[in-house]
Amino acid sequence: MALTLPLVLLLLLSGPTGVSVQDTPSDNGESIDVSWEMPEGVAGLVDIVVQRAGPDEEFQEIARVATDMNTYLDETAQDKIPYRYRIGYSYPDTVVFSAETEQVISTPQWFNTNYFNVAIGLAIFAVLVLIFIQQARSGRELFVRRIAGLEAVDEAVGRATEMGRAILYVPGTGYIEDIGTIASMNLLGEVAKKAAEYGVELKVPNREPVVYTVTKEIVKGAYMEVGRPDQFDPDSVFFLTRNVLAYASAVDGIMMREKPATNFLMGPFAAESLILAETGAAVGAIQIAGCDKVTQLPFFIVACDYTLIGEELYAASSYLSREPLMLGALKGQDYGKAILTIFLILATAMSLIFNVDISGWFN
Amino acid sequence: MHRKFPLGLLIFFGILGIISIFIPHPSWEAFDGMLRNKVMLIIGAFALILALGNLIRVHYLKIKRRAKHWPFSIVTLLSFFVTSIIGLFGDSGANTMDGSFRTIIGTFEFDIMTIYFKILVPLGATMFAMLAFYMASAAYRSFRAKSTLAALLLISAFIVMLGQIPVGAAISKHIPAISDIIMRIPNTASKRGIEIGVVLGMLATMLKIMTGIERSWMGGGE
Repeated sequence: MALTLPLVLLLLLSGPTGVSVQDTPSDNGESIDVSWEMPEGVAGLVDIVVQRAGPDEEFQEIARVATDMNTYLDETAQDKIPYRYRIGYSYPDTVVFSAETEQVISTPQWFNTNYFNVAIGLAIFAVLVLIFIQQARSGRELFVRRIAGLEAVDEAVGRATEMGRAILYVPGTGYIEDIGTIASMNLLGEVAKKAAEYGVELKVPNREPVVYTVTKEIVKGAYMEVGRPDQFDPDSVFFLTRNVLAYASAVDGIMMREKPATNFLMGPFAAESLILAETGAAVGAIQIAGCDKVTQLPFFIVACDYTLIGEELYAASSYLSREPLMLGALKGQDYGKAILTIFLILATAMSLIFNVDISGWFN
Repeated sequence: MHRKFPLGLLIFFGILGIISIFIPHPSWEAFDGMLRNKVMLIIGAFALILALGNLIRVHYLKIKRRAKHWPFSIVTLLSFFVTSIIGLFGDSGANTMDGSFRTIIGTFEFDIMTIYFKILVPLGATMFAMLAFYMASAAYRSFRAKSTLAALLLISAFIVMLGQIPVGAAISKHIPAISDIIMRIPNTASKRGIEIGVVLGMLATMLKIMTGIERSWMGGGE
């Protein structure tokens, strides 16, 4: 009995092997990972066919992928339905299929294991901070390094007192949900207390309505805390505009008209940082800036007398208040950074000396 | 109570925000989405009414009392009413070619986006354009070789700037390469160092607030 040529060719052609399926890990469901072995030297392939069958269904093509692929993510799968898959090598005249896989069911997960390292890091850091807070609570004296920009706060407030001019506090152009704005709010409380103690006028122009509400409460609270609620002027904290450049223009106007003795530029800033800082420098105010955005820091550094760089902004309220509990948190922050620095040095050394790929640990 | 209640709310919603990062389940995503979108939208709507009422009240009182800079309050109120009338009583703009909100009051036809494109955008662009002059004056002040560090800054800035323009490559083929090294290695290293500190500072601030140690944001004082 003579075999026909296509049948001979079909016998010679082999189908994909090592086809495996699994529910996509750490996802929100409706997804299945399909993979197969892709040996080198499979000649004449056009593409690879992915077929799927639900319960009591015939196989149906769901995708065709390029011949250099060996995985497919089926995002058309539905949760809680068992599926079978098979993969086919597509040649010009025929498709040779693998054996069908076992059944697989897609389900959503309750924990994203891809973020396991983040959770561990967060937990370690939280424990570290809480340990130092506990130590501070028990009365242990904690040493905190000197931060020049914060040491200058007293000098800046004192200058305004001597000159009889106002202090201008710009709480950034971010939103209340920005952690930089929150840090600025915390520092504003300390500056407002000092301003109230010295009897200096404090002006707080705001860009964001919600930030405005919070800054007003903070300044009012600070005046009450130092026992001078009568000195609080409700008009000293005011809303300007939400448009960033219009806000910068308005703050520049205040600087030029009222010539404040001291400018605090604290919080998140964008392109307006230099517009504000340069105008402040031009009117001769002593300027203390703090920003957590790396792109804006150079502008503040060149135009301001003191700049709180990155984390120093977050340390400001703890540093100025000198409350032991707050200093405990600050200490935890410093130790967290020390641990990370040691880890980075070790990882770099291992990578350079022993050729160990550290980045693989975090995938 | 006036301190414990907001702190309790903050802790509750703070923890929800943190664990939402780690939970991909759709039922949790739906709950989180509801909080972030629908609840925030409702709060925002109430806040908007309060804010508009407050804006009118504050500026009206300023004008009435002839407070400091009261003419600015007239400008604010006028702008507010003009944009509101155009926005509220205008056409939906569905048929306009550019999709903007065309407003028709009688025979007077006006486009609400005109205020934005013809007034706000040019004013913003003017302010932004001034940045170039501010940069020049800041650069002049900072690039003076008064000390070794300032001299180093000046030299590196000069190389980086030359490396970004064709003249640098024309002078020497090494200039763009050195500029690239400065940007990729010392510059990136220092940026990352600051960024690591910023992230740790954010986490510490979050912990301070959530444990109730940091309470300045609530208005200070006990």
